[in-house]
Amino acid sequence: MTTTTTSGDALVVPVPDDADVAVRVRGLTKAYGETRACDGVDLDVVRGEVLALLGPNGAGKTTTTEILEGYRHRDAGEVSVLGHDPSRTDPLWRSRLGIVLQTAADLGDLTVEESVTHFAGYYPRPRDVDEVIDWVGLTEKRKTRGSNLSGGQRRRLDVALGIIGRPELLFLDEPTTGFDPEARREFWGLIAGLKDEGTTILLTTHYLDEAEVLADRVAVIARGRVIACDIPSRLGGRDESHATLTWKEGEEVRTEQTTEPTRVVGELAARFGGEVPGLAIHRPSLEDVYLSLIGHDNEDAS
Amino acid sequence: MTTTTAHPAPAAPLAPPGALSLGRRRVAIELKSFFRDKNSAFWNFALPMLLMIIFGSVFGGQTLGPTGITFAQYFVAGMIASGVLYTSFQNLAIAIPMERDDGTLKRIQGTPMPKVSYFIGKIGLVFVAYAAQVTLLILIGVAFYDIELPSGSQWFTFAWVSVLGLVSCTLLGIAFSVVPKNAKGASAVVSPIVLVLQFTSGVFFLFQDLPQWMQQFASLFPLKWLTQAMRSVFLPDAAAALEVTGSFELAKCAAVLIAWTIGGLVLSLVFFRWNKRGEN
Repeated sequence: MTTTTTSGDALVVPVPDDADVAVRVRGLTKAYGETRACDGVDLDVVRGEVLALLGPNGAGKTTTTEILEGYRHRDAGEVSVLGHDPSRTDPLWRSRLGIVLQTAADLGDLTVEESVTHFAGYYPRPRDVDEVIDWVGLTEKRKTRGSNLSGGQRRRLDVALGIIGRPELLFLDEPTTGFDPEARREFWGLIAGLKDEGTTILLTTHYLDEAEVLADRVAVIARGRVIACDIPSRLGGRDESHATLTWKEGEEVRTEQTTEPTRVVGELAARFGGEVPGLAIHRPSLEDVYLSLIGHDNEDAS
Repeated sequence: MTTTTAHPAPAAPLAPPGALSLGRRRVAIELKSFFRDKNSAFWNFALPMLLMIIFGSVFGGQTLGPTGITFAQYFVAGMIASGVLYTSFQNLAIAIPMERDDGTLKRIQGTPMPKVSYFIGKIGLVFVAYAAQVTLLILIGVAFYDIELPSGSQWFTFAWVSVLGLVSCTLLGIAFSVVPKNAKGASAVVSPIVLVLQFTSGVFFLFQDLPQWMQQFASLFPLKWLTQAMRSVFLPDAAAALEVTGSFELAKCAAVLIAWTIGGLVLSLVFFRWNKRGEN
């Protein structure tokens, strides 16, 4: 099967046709009235990887993931999630998925322990309740009702309920919104642990550092299409773009853009006879690449 | 990609638990949430008891015509019938929009729990809450307002009236849950309906004293028939003289409740929605 890339998608690096994919999406479209939320989405999630889906609000991220999760129906295109068409949901298929939705304010009258125990009962092979509560860091709050948890604690409860069924494929929709930096680090450890167990993860996030740390590959979605998809260090030709060198000569800060930073550093080192004062080499960050990608797309479309 | 799985995956995926066993789990969780939520516990469960005590104390001693029946007795029967409406229709027509808004419905849709288990949970909640409520109402009525405990065949009437009333009003509550635009508006839409039905169906006032158009209006809905049937259970036979037709018309009660059961089922099947508006 050949990957159908829409025009000008050289930035989308396709996965091999024989790759073991958990999710395969081809030409997905979905419109609400005149608004085309998905306008030909192509996406693969390889089994066992963490794929981060980035994109501005309204770009089609939520519509795409909710179609994959079986919440919404597509207008056209092929979608396969764990070998199954999500528009025809069945409990057996559902039991292999874990879903952490963006906003939830339910379960306020139940304690953490009651909620996790209850949802464990839905699955044929759930994880251990105590283990999961401990894993998300809510052991001290296990007897606390949902309505008395802080925003970050509530989010951890959502994650606990998403993973209690031992999912093969986990959807995480902006899981760390409202976390303090320490809680985010802890959460990243949890995701790494799930990945080590072989869980495939589709992560939607606005935090580019989160995508860089967690994701094996990053897909950028804008205006209803995937405009770039690659490993974080190569996204948007990031590895091939110019590096910026800065150093000091006397009081003056000098900069030079080059595709051969090593050669330039060598020359500088020879000229200074050792240490180059104030030397720094800067490659475009994931954020730089991301912003130029979605900026570029917006220009194209207007 | 290599995976280090601590728990080897089984050759064939195991089937998730069945709809009935999950329905039982839903009943337990629904009951916990129902009684812990102060709003639902008060408005759906405790309110009829409070009204019974207030009305019974204020108007209790008045006797109704030559029958020797007190208004308190008449009112107790009406409150027991109202309890059916509170625990089923009012409860679900308010709770389900809230669950649609706060993400409950979305979350459980994303699990392998069969959707029918959700409804089993709701029906179980309604029946258990009503059983507890009606027991307390009868105890209060017997202890303070001289209502008669049903005897013999009256227990049978009580049972089928309760079950038909709960089933029809549960289905109507599920169907009506699509009407409120959001959680906040739900009680503002639902409570006035319950109140109007109580005023026009012979709960707060003697039914035969109401204007005829009001009687005809109330006769279209289940509560009028529920109160009438409950009067046949909890009041002495002489009370039949208080009815407009001089009879409790139990066959007609059954017919109207069955009609609403069928109507409620059709309406729920056609109109019930899991998602918020615009989310599909």
